[in-house]
Amino acid sequence: MLTAVIALTALALIFGLLLGFAAVRFKVEGDPLAEKIDALLPQTQCGQCGFPGCRPYAEAMARGEADINRCPPGGETTIIALADLLGREPIPLDAEVGEEKPKMVAIIDEATCIGCTLCIQACPVDAILGAAKQMHTIIEAECTGCELCLEPCPVDCIDMIQIPEKVLHWKWPYPQPPTETRPG
Amino acid sequence: MSRQLWSFHGGIHPPQYKELSNQRPIAQSSLAAELVIPLHQHIGQSPEPIVQVGDYVLKGQELAHAQGYVSAPVHASSSGTVVAIEERAIPHPSGLNALCVVLATDGEDRWLEQQLDERHYTAIEPSHLRNLIRSAGIVGLGGAGFPTFIKLNPTGRVIDTLILNGVECEPYITCDDLLMRERSTEILAGIKIMRHALQAGEVLIAIEDNKPEAIAIMQQAIANEPGIEVVSVPTRYPQGGEKQLIKVLTGKECPSSGLPFQIGVVLNNVATAYAIHRAVNHGQPLVSRIVTITGDGIKEPRNLEVPIGTPIQHLIDQCGGTSGEIERIIIGGPMMGFAMHSSAIPLIKTSNCILATRQPEQPAAPEMPCIRCGACAEVCPVELLPQQLYWHARAKEFDKTQEYDLFDCIECGCCSYVCPSNIPLVHYYRFAKTEIWSQEREKEKADQARKRHEFRLSRIEREQAEKEARLALKRAAVQEKSETPDKGEAEKQALIQAALARAQAKKESQQEPPKNTAELTPAQQRIIDEADARRQRLDAAADTPRKEAE
Repeated sequence: MLTAVIALTALALIFGLLLGFAAVRFKVEGDPLAEKIDALLPQTQCGQCGFPGCRPYAEAMARGEADINRCPPGGETTIIALADLLGREPIPLDAEVGEEKPKMVAIIDEATCIGCTLCIQACPVDAILGAAKQMHTIIEAECTGCELCLEPCPVDCIDMIQIPEKVLHWKWPYPQPPTETRPG
Repeated sequence: MSRQLWSFHGGIHPPQYKELSNQRPIAQSSLAAELVIPLHQHIGQSPEPIVQVGDYVLKGQELAHAQGYVSAPVHASSSGTVVAIEERAIPHPSGLNALCVVLATDGEDRWLEQQLDERHYTAIEPSHLRNLIRSAGIVGLGGAGFPTFIKLNPTGRVIDTLILNGVECEPYITCDDLLMRERSTEILAGIKIMRHALQAGEVLIAIEDNKPEAIAIMQQAIANEPGIEVVSVPTRYPQGGEKQLIKVLTGKECPSSGLPFQIGVVLNNVATAYAIHRAVNHGQPLVSRIVTITGDGIKEPRNLEVPIGTPIQHLIDQCGGTSGEIERIIIGGPMMGFAMHSSAIPLIKTSNCILATRQPEQPAAPEMPCIRCGACAEVCPVELLPQQLYWHARAKEFDKTQEYDLFDCIECGCCSYVCPSNIPLVHYYRFAKTEIWSQEREKEKADQARKRHEFRLSRIEREQAEKEARLALKRAAVQEKSETPDKGEAEKQALIQAALARAQAKKESQQEPPKNTAELTPAQQRIIDEADARRQRLDAAADTPRKEAE
């Protein structure tokens, strides 16, 4: 009886120490799940999901506080990828946050721009080039199309234009499957 | 003929319809008034235009220069004036426009003065040969359009076998057949240049047994050539596929997503060999090709030798025009081609066939659900599982399609051909492929945006911290001063006194008389006095009239 108690206590102690050591030694910095979710988000940093950027949204999803259907720029593809990662069923995009739109890019009407720098401060990816009282311009390759620069512009000189389709980046359309009818 | 042949998996035997267009000899196409020459006619980077609107160009003159390694230049197909460099419709399944050089021909068809390398090709080192072939704009003429000079670079490997593809397995197409029948010696000359560039061992010319004339003529041409052999292969689609033909002739299998030269084999089309002969032995870049204009909707189907950039409608008109109600015009063969969106589009280096099909008497059977019969897997020449690929592509599960080796699919169309439910399987695979590429591009862009966003956040944080630190420093200084007011006062007064003294000293030093009025000689003094007197006189004279005027 006593030997059993001693043996079990000793075992418990050893394993407890081992686990404790492992917890300290192999501590994971940051949230690996949030990291994985963030990798699937389109990084538009538009805030349409209600969070200030993609990373905060990813963290909220990792904590289970946000649903997977709040990213309009990612659209269906992102929802499917998130559902896959989190082991959930794909659900349609939340209509409250907006709808999936074709990829856009901002363009500044350079004749109207007064050089106020407000858009530069709003751009989440530093894609606007300019200085005070100097004309601003958008670095198209860096623009994520988040539309955050539209609102602060006092002279409304920023427009969103659709990225023209190029032969090299053209995608085959999804084949229209027939309506499935089964013979009665 | 005793050569051992292997076999590839699957394949089909669709009706050939080759006799439609192989009865007439190759004819020279008439020159169109306007040639539309797209810049992008190959796999790789688009070349950059080097001519301007209004320039007069000669046939064979370079219009656009290759950019980067995997690229090819484009040349003027006839002499004339560049009237526009703009976006025009090009032969592409998307029906989108792309940059083209538009040439108004002058009808003279004058060649640019050729700068021919006088040496025999065997005296030219292989790397220089490749450069010649590159600057001639030669790309694979079988349909894929991969720049040929890259394929002729063994990159230090030993090439055992050079295969010339004269298989032409797709129904309707006969341009290689006619080329071999009519220009066998020229093809042979091109083959020898290729062989020299690659330092290849044996050369095999593969021709399907449904082209007995071409086989006989090619055999005659190579009668006295050691190491070159014509191999007749049994007709089966898609035998002309690169990896399929290599398997049939050598028994070797190309690794998944690998290239033939890794297993010591290089494969080129016979038309490419002909183009190489023109480029190296005659100094003529690739400005024309032979194309089959055929189908039940064409009155006189035949093969034409056509300047690149000729509008397709111009070619159809030369074959008697269309007959009956045309269902669609296909560029390429019936298995792998795509329907043309507008008849204004031009012929490019890779277009081997124009196929006009009449409206069928019975409408095509509608698409039905998959019954999992497995016929597609039986015919797949790459031994994929087309059904699995279909389900996953349809469900947009792209990572799963890649697990089933979607990118090894050669889009030959055998699976769609045999599908009893008429499912456009290849369309699903093409959709999935382009979607995966697009997602990869977007992923790259997202990673870049994340990096830039994180950098911005860290920059804002750093700036905030720096501002904080500056303020703290200032605050500390103010506080220090306010704590010790008396001690600083005397010091300040001393500093003010010192500054005042310095200013005073400076002022005094400036009050010294100008140096050039001291120690004057009597003569100088006299001149100064005279000048002063003159000035006084003039001033007095000037004052008088001014007073009168007032």
